[in-house]
Amino acid sequence: MSESTSTREATEAPRLVGQPIPRVEDDRLLRGQGRFVDDVTLPDALHIAFLRSPHAHARIRSLDTSAAESAPGVVAVYDGRSLLGVVEPLVNIEEVRVPPGLIEGVAPIVKIQPMPPLAHDEVNYVGQPMVMVVAESRYLAEDAVEEILVDYEPLPVVTDPERALDPDSPLALLEADDNVGLQAHISTGDMEAAIAGAHVVLEETFASQRYVPSPMETRGVVASIDPFSARLQMWSNTQTPHRVRDHVAHALGISTDDVTVTTPDVGGGFGQKGILIVEEILVPFAARDLGRTVRWQADRTENLVADTHAREQIHHLTIAADADGRLLGVRDRCITNMGCRNVVGLVVAYNALVHLTGPYRVPALDLELVGSLTNTMFTAPYRGAGRPEAAFAMERAMDRLAVRLGKDPAEVRRINLLTEEDMPYFSGLLDRRGLPQEIDTGDYVKMLDMVEEMIDFPTFREEQARLRGSGVHRGVGLGMYIEMSGLGPFESARATVLPSGTVRVSTGSPSQGQGHATSFVQVAADALDVPMDDIELVGGDTYNLQYGVGTIASRAMVTAGNAIDMACRELHTQIERAAAGLHGVAPEDVALQAGKVVVAGAASMTLAELVRALTRSPSDDPSAGLSAHAYFRPPNYATSSGLHAAVVEVDTATGATSILDYVVVHEAGNIVNPTIADGQILGGAVQGIGGALLEHLQYDANGQPTTATYMDYLMPTVETVPEIRLGEVFYPTPTNRLGVKGLGEGGAVGPQAAIANAVEDALRPHGVVVRSTPVNPDHIRRLLRESAAATTSGGE
Amino acid sequence: MTIKKAAAPRSPVTPRLVEPTAWRHVDLEVNGSTVSTEVESRLLLSDFLRERLALTGTHVGCEQGACGACTVLLDGRAVRSCLTLAAACTGREVRTIEGLAEDSLHPVQQAFHDHHGLQCGFCTPGFVMSITELHEREEPVSEDELMDQLCGNICRCTGYRGIERAARQSVRVATEGGADDE
Ligand code: FES
Ligand code: FES
Repeated sequence: MSESTSTREATEAPRLVGQPIPRVEDDRLLRGQGRFVDDVTLPDALHIAFLRSPHAHARIRSLDTSAAESAPGVVAVYDGRSLLGVVEPLVNIEEVRVPPGLIEGVAPIVKIQPMPPLAHDEVNYVGQPMVMVVAESRYLAEDAVEEILVDYEPLPVVTDPERALDPDSPLALLEADDNVGLQAHISTGDMEAAIAGAHVVLEETFASQRYVPSPMETRGVVASIDPFSARLQMWSNTQTPHRVRDHVAHALGISTDDVTVTTPDVGGGFGQKGILIVEEILVPFAARDLGRTVRWQADRTENLVADTHAREQIHHLTIAADADGRLLGVRDRCITNMGCRNVVGLVVAYNALVHLTGPYRVPALDLELVGSLTNTMFTAPYRGAGRPEAAFAMERAMDRLAVRLGKDPAEVRRINLLTEEDMPYFSGLLDRRGLPQEIDTGDYVKMLDMVEEMIDFPTFREEQARLRGSGVHRGVGLGMYIEMSGLGPFESARATVLPSGTVRVSTGSPSQGQGHATSFVQVAADALDVPMDDIELVGGDTYNLQYGVGTIASRAMVTAGNAIDMACRELHTQIERAAAGLHGVAPEDVALQAGKVVVAGAASMTLAELVRALTRSPSDDPSAGLSAHAYFRPPNYATSSGLHAAVVEVDTATGATSILDYVVVHEAGNIVNPTIADGQILGGAVQGIGGALLEHLQYDANGQPTTATYMDYLMPTVETVPEIRLGEVFYPTPTNRLGVKGLGEGGAVGPQAAIANAVEDALRPHGVVVRSTPVNPDHIRRLLRESAAATTSGGE
Repeated sequence: MTIKKAAAPRSPVTPRLVEPTAWRHVDLEVNGSTVSTEVESRLLLSDFLRERLALTGTHVGCEQGACGACTVLLDGRAVRSCLTLAAACTGREVRTIEGLAEDSLHPVQQAFHDHHGLQCGFCTPGFVMSITELHEREEPVSEDELMDQLCGNICRCTGYRGIERAARQSVRVATEGGADDE
């Protein structure tokens, strides 16, 4: 692969990029004509149901599948032993890779425990797949699962991530040496000196609960054997089709050339569909083994219990500051609950550390992370991937610092926030690539100014004081964060003129609802100077585009957007050059404008006419193929940012919190489609609000999940959500030609901090401290009871 | 251990599934067409629509009655097709998302487009059908009823603002002290 460069200079101003073009994908989806993976009906497809572990930790003494084998409609039954040496255990190879810079500079301990495709000896979380039943329908497959007899020997269980680190804790996984999956320490400056010279040293612990991406469409895979080529064809609702192709080929011991992964319409991903789980390799295995089409779609309980979980971090913070609240140093010991195995490496936990103090100028940092193994589902990236947990901890700490100093939380932030003069800012840490962490552009004080314009703080404070007199508790809270977006290493795009004259643009980044068929096509249309209607987008088809990464980590517009821009500008040049050759004129005398090829002194041609003419002309011009391929490799992260402000009212009798006003000021460089961008921010913010107020994936002490349905796992509904007011500032990044930064995750990062800060502010007269989320009614009532008890037992 | 049985013969026709529950005959109307067929007693209406009639616009998000993605109109009332047995639908009229639009979008569908009420579109058919029930009401709908109806559906992508705007554009909501209180 080599970088493609374009000869065309960016001269004219963009025409479509920046416009709120209505989404072209809506019509089909609104008519019920979307094609999601479970909608692909192929003849005689077989269905899968799994027997999953009911124990959080046990040894499988014996397993009897004979009754299941003879159950009606059953075609095959596979247990763990039958797959030993047949299907390789799963590791998310791309995620676990530790870049050389980090190995050298940080030397983290990263212990990886591959996931067996089906457990054969030990199960170590509830929901772990043990037996795969393939039958003529899902109903019959589930019937057969009921017939399987298992004798378990229960083993001791640990679910608490800190308890798991005690020397006398039970092992979460017998084959591991201990419960440590990860360990790393990064620092800059002199933390001891910072503490010694501080006016105030604050020590606090803040924890984010476990919650889950929970896209409305659960994970699903259809695998089939192409009747002509005998190759494996998969339809998967993955965010990373090329990675699925590579992992499936590896696990099944076949060539990647013999696996094609196609993503149809996808019903949301949010990170969950960016990480592989074993089911994704078991379905194609069964298809190959049986020579039949095989389908599996997770049901909601499988999704909640046995698909990736997220968050659950504890941050033990020490903050050293001077008398004005200027940060001198921050120390953190961050414990991440990794769950049953470390199959995703450093990603989430390291992301949390390098984003912890993100928007602030902090001379000394001393940050440590430990990832512990427990008998729970494994945790993996979910929208924000470590940032919401970090922002919750840091932003709570900023408020506690303000309280300690008797200052306004906004003012304590203001003196610490980075401004345009600080950019590019080097934190002194190494980023996820192992290179010095550099924030390219932004001005966080400007964002604070804007929030202060949108919420009139002095008036609010007066009102707050007045209402307190009548027993009404209102509070305001801020949540600030940065997001280093546009993760590499690359993304690819190909632009080709089809015989009809339509331009097909293919990229490795599929859409899960982000509207790429609109926004990516806007980019392509500008680069080509061809109307959007004449451009078709294909996202995520490994047959037509062999190299790609995917839509994860707020990277799609940065990496795929720029790859598309490069390929389309190159194609534009090719078209002009080919037309010039055809007419025997100089390329300068040809212009591709609004989809027409205009040649000086000749009639203009459509692209279809040009292709037809070219196929008939004996030309040795290499551009006559009219196809351009480009790879964009981001030279650095493009750092976007956001500041959320929540105004809440807390009912002290019921513990219920209602959001009265909510403001998001965000910054993500140039915006390609404001309607789509606002939708991303809003959708993200509501997921964060869910995490702040409602969502909690809970286990009991025996490791049994107690929130395995939507009746127990509370999701935000229309009533949860206030009107959200958006404000924007723009600092286009110099790291790519479009000047765009990623914004898919940002909205989900601020709400936990902003709402927790607002709740504590509302309850200031009661002196409560919010140390964890969700701040649901139970939690608030507990805080109020504790504070009441503390006041009555005051003098002790 | 692995067992593999010879696959069911695929030609000339796949035999009817072996099914431990009784088969029942149903006659119903789906999007204006008469359907007369046999179904397993336990077959969910959602699976009947999706698997047997290839009406895959009705989506299944939970099968727990909680998300509303599977909402269809049964004799004009919004119901969860994942909690409805196909066998219970004989003599009834089912409308799904595929039955709404003619050439141009149905007003509720159009409202979703106008207000950016969808992203991935997975929850959308369920929301559209729920709102269509209220859209077709002759009498104005109270604010509480509108909110109750919308709270019966979950969307993970949009943050709901566009959905709520689309609903308000397509449903006649009673003004306070208006028709509702009379
Ligand atoms: S699928 Fe029927 S309510 Fe969720
Ligand atoms: S648009 Fe994706 S769930 Fe609603």
